[in-house]
Amino acid sequence: MEHVIEVSELTKRYGDTTAVRDLSFTVRPGHVTGFLGPNGAGKTTTLRLLLGLNTPTSGTATIGGRDFGAARRGLHHVGALLDAQDVHGGRTARAHLRALAASNGIERRRVGEVLDEVGLGDVAGRRIGGFSLGMKQRLGIAAALLGDPSVLVFDEPLNGLDPEGVQWLRALLRRLAAEGRTVFVSSHQMSEMELCAEQLIVIGRGELIAAESLGAFAARGGSQGVRVRAREPERLVSALLAEGAEVVPGEQSLSVTGVDAERIGELALREGVALGELTPLAASLEQAFMELTADSVDYLTGEPR
Amino acid sequence: MTTAVLRGPAPAPARFRHLLIAEWIKLWSLRSTYWVLSTGALTVIGINANSAQSNADRLSRMPEQPPAPPPGATEDPLMAFDALHTAFLDPAWQIFMVVACSVGAIAVFGEYTSGLIRTTLTAVPDRRAVVLAKAAVVTGVMTVLGAVVATATLLVTQFLLRDHGGVSLAYSDALRAVAGSALLAPLCALVGMAIGAVVRHAAGAIVGAILTLLLLPVLFQGETYRWVAEIGNAMPLSAWETLAGNHWGEGKYSVTVTEAWAVYAAWAACAVLVAVEAVRRSEV
Repeated sequence: MEHVIEVSELTKRYGDTTAVRDLSFTVRPGHVTGFLGPNGAGKTTTLRLLLGLNTPTSGTATIGGRDFGAARRGLHHVGALLDAQDVHGGRTARAHLRALAASNGIERRRVGEVLDEVGLGDVAGRRIGGFSLGMKQRLGIAAALLGDPSVLVFDEPLNGLDPEGVQWLRALLRRLAAEGRTVFVSSHQMSEMELCAEQLIVIGRGELIAAESLGAFAARGGSQGVRVRAREPERLVSALLAEGAEVVPGEQSLSVTGVDAERIGELALREGVALGELTPLAASLEQAFMELTADSVDYLTGEPR
Repeated sequence: MTTAVLRGPAPAPARFRHLLIAEWIKLWSLRSTYWVLSTGALTVIGINANSAQSNADRLSRMPEQPPAPPPGATEDPLMAFDALHTAFLDPAWQIFMVVACSVGAIAVFGEYTSGLIRTTLTAVPDRRAVVLAKAAVVTGVMTVLGAVVATATLLVTQFLLRDHGGVSLAYSDALRAVAGSALLAPLCALVGMAIGAVVRHAAGAIVGAILTLLLLPVLFQGETYRWVAEIGNAMPLSAWETLAGNHWGEGKYSVTVTEAWAVYAAWAACAVLVAVEAVRRSEV
């Protein structure tokens, strides 16, 4: 498989700190794979190891079965945006991209194409130092697209983008994946990934928490119960408790778990209680993410690092 | 939505020439390059020209014939005026060394401090090739700059001293002095690249450059111990002084012209080696 990202038993230690521990996962082409974890989980370290910028303490990280750091040229194979600030502020956007393109034997015309693609065509002659973070993100994405690579690796690309930019980038990521490319995108916010990733790799404290589809991940969050608002809740509550449900009274409503919405409706009818609201709460990805990463923090606390 | 992404270029074979073009673009797309190179060049030419002018003025006011040495004493050779020396004043060329060294150092640490190195090495994971291309471009540009500055300095100073023994490029000592001074620029720039690759910090690299090029030679002076003198002789500054005909009289352990060129070559080779290895080993 030419475009597969394969991380195998990867470990990276900096002195006493273990940034990545025994991490293994696979990223396949054809869909957007989100790389999630709280701040400091080791996402950036993993990506740097993958791109050959850092050397692993043990284990391997390969792209298309090969160590990317051993390649002679990179842009045609892998387009990467690690940090939008990894540019020299004194150069113009055009000069920055022209130097990158030249290094890989890519013709100058392509620079104009990618600048237009990311919407920086009008500011190509301006120095990068004056760019906003969102503009730098776009420039980094332009650089990643220069060589028409089959693998794209983006570290927090949505940071600093305005709402229009976020929509644009989500569409671009989906389109790149639909073209059969491997698209691996890190984020520390589940909500960012919810709308474009199909597969998720979730890590916490440098260790793998989950590697599965978005749907499977959402199911981990479990049911969040049903929100019920009733004019005379007391009678309904005793009926629910008799049914074996758990009821947590809130200010305006009740949070009910243990029985489904349909059964609650039946009970309300039987008791003659008028309902103001009956809402089954879907498991949110955000919640699943928070719970899982919180767990990973918990069981590691106190363990020598 | 454009379709630019869909029809990207076909992969080109990896050529070293591509890296040279990239480094060339990088160097000339920074305004600081123009500033550093032009002010450095003008400073050196200016200091030497000013010195030549004041020497010319002073010599013009002096009597035609220097007073005869007292009977029994031979003429002191150090008292004889050497017009060529005016073009190769130590302080001026030491400034030039630091400027050249800074250009090389900035070319490397500029990538590290800005973070650009990660972008560069993701585009070209072959680190050895990246550093060699950078070294080649820096060497080429600095050789041209060195040649321009050395030639201009010689022509200007010798013109100003045309009535007081000024020499032309045809004079073999002058040619050697110009060549040695011209090549001092790429040599120091390569040393700067090595220091920049090891230190990767702006202030640290510049301090390191001054320490290595200017202060280190001062520590190894005198002729009491041969090994001390020999270490001092192996410094680029001492080699340049020999090539520029700038040493004060014949010492016990003086540097020959051949040795001076060997010192140049050895420092340049070591500097490239250090720069390549430092970048290859760095975690970025």
